Amino acid sequence: MAKSALLKSSLAKKYWMALTGLFLCLFLIGHLLGNLQLLSTGKDAALNFNKYALFMTTNPAVKLLSYLTYFSILFHAVDGIVLTVQNKKARPVGYVKNSASSNTIWASRNMAVLGTLILVFIVTHMTNFWAVMHFDKKMPLQTVTIESEVMPGMPPQTQEMYVTVEGSYIPVAAVEQGMISIQNRTEVYRTDNNLKIAHLYKDLYKITVEFFKDAKWGLIATILYVFSMLVLAFHLYHGFGSAFQSLGLNNPKYNLLIKNFGKAFAIIVPLLFAVIPVYIHFFLK
Amino acid sequence: MASKSININLKIWRQKDAKSKGQIETYKLDNVSTASSFLEMLDQLNEQLINERKEPVAFDHDCREGICGMCSLYINGRAHGPASKVTTCQLHMRSFKDGDTIYVEPWRSKAFPVVKDLIVDRSAFDRIQQAGGFVSVNTSGRTIDANATPVPKHDADRAFEAAACIGCGACVASCKNGSAMLFVGAKVSQYALLPQGKVEATERVLNMVRQMDDEGFGNCTNTGACEVECPKGISLENIARMNREYLFASVK
Repeated sequence: MAKSALLKSSLAKKYWMALTGLFLCLFLIGHLLGNLQLLSTGKDAALNFNKYALFMTTNPAVKLLSYLTYFSILFHAVDGIVLTVQNKKARPVGYVKNSASSNTIWASRNMAVLGTLILVFIVTHMTNFWAVMHFDKKMPLQTVTIESEVMPGMPPQTQEMYVTVEGSYIPVAAVEQGMISIQNRTEVYRTDNNLKIAHLYKDLYKITVEFFKDAKWGLIATILYVFSMLVLAFHLYHGFGSAFQSLGLNNPKYNLLIKNFGKAFAIIVPLLFAVIPVYIHFFLK
Repeated sequence: MASKSININLKIWRQKDAKSKGQIETYKLDNVSTASSFLEMLDQLNEQLINERKEPVAFDHDCREGICGMCSLYINGRAHGPASKVTTCQLHMRSFKDGDTIYVEPWRSKAFPVVKDLIVDRSAFDRIQQAGGFVSVNTSGRTIDANATPVPKHDADRAFEAAACIGCGACVASCKNGSAMLFVGAKVSQYALLPQGKVEATERVLNMVRQMDDEGFGNCTNTGACEVECPKGISLENIARMNREYLFASVK
């Protein structure tokens, strides 16, 4: 066996490109299903989304998958750069006249450009949401407004309450009154005996909604997000079917199925992703 | 079909030798019969150039029947010109209109260096073939009859389709990555599909792919340009088969 056969050869690069690409397609499905909860309008929409966000950032199995995703993105990008550089070198002198559109589709010729744009999107997207969720010290916490009737006939009193992971409610005012303190972003401590009594939910829902509803930048963010999904659609339009070919999965019996499934995937997944910020910006009250 | 005469403008890549810098030269050629082949048109141009005491255009050609794989030429941005599934020698001037400007360039690939004008050195393909594109047989005189080994009809047909590759290099020329994978895929497939080729299958695919990479060909990104431009209609299935063969061979 050639030692570099599964790492360095031209075919190995294709295998890794295909495997990481297909894994990222699975990631897209998972991420999309999570995001679609943002379209929910129920009373508990925010809380449910934040519960999901907590699960996605703490569950060990999900963590493992997310590390695999980071790795795949990096490997897919680096492999793509190496391929592009090598492929440019393979034709040092170009054609004066070249009619590429007569034998290939546009997306297939521009995977590197599309991929670079997607990478820029991923970095921006992770800065806007992932980094805020993981590291921002000022990350808002999930609260609910509870109405309580103090006395019959009197107008009900409203009170802002933190929702705890343990299922109880803690008045926000208790922090100001010095009865409790919040440490390490989500841990609630009693001030008198310094005991940890509860954990709070980070309000990723609020971050997301405010990001796309922002008076100044919301519209631009929405437009850029939709544009990025269009780029993703073109990338997937070629990439999905291409991955199967690279792995040697080409059989006339199934080719049409793979091709059509890939095209449907390339249109439906980015479209559903794009619907979410459009809904938040234009329709969410 | 009645033929007529057309007048054309040619923009042809002229390069003195491998080391010189080339450039596009423009020529006007009148009274080209639409019944003549593209190569006959170039012959006509060369006669004109010789009469003008100019250096004729060098181009590769041999059988002029579309089976030897010698002719090449990137015509108006496409390998073997605008017609489908034909080599340049089988392309006829009826594919062009009076007054057309036709660009003629050599194959462009690091692995196919220009020798002169439109001629490129395609010996990289020979070296890939030598790396494993064969079946070792005992020629001591005790050879067995080929038909003694049964081959399923379906496999025989696929192998034959792969073997139709004439090694012209149109796949490399039209691939945006300068990849030779359709050629190597066809050569690997033609043996891998037959029982006679199975014996050396593992080494064959590893060695041929290594040689392909060493020659400086690019990496396939499945754009499919090669399949469209191949004069012999070699299918992308062959690249997928090579991918499978290589995957299994490298973990063996």
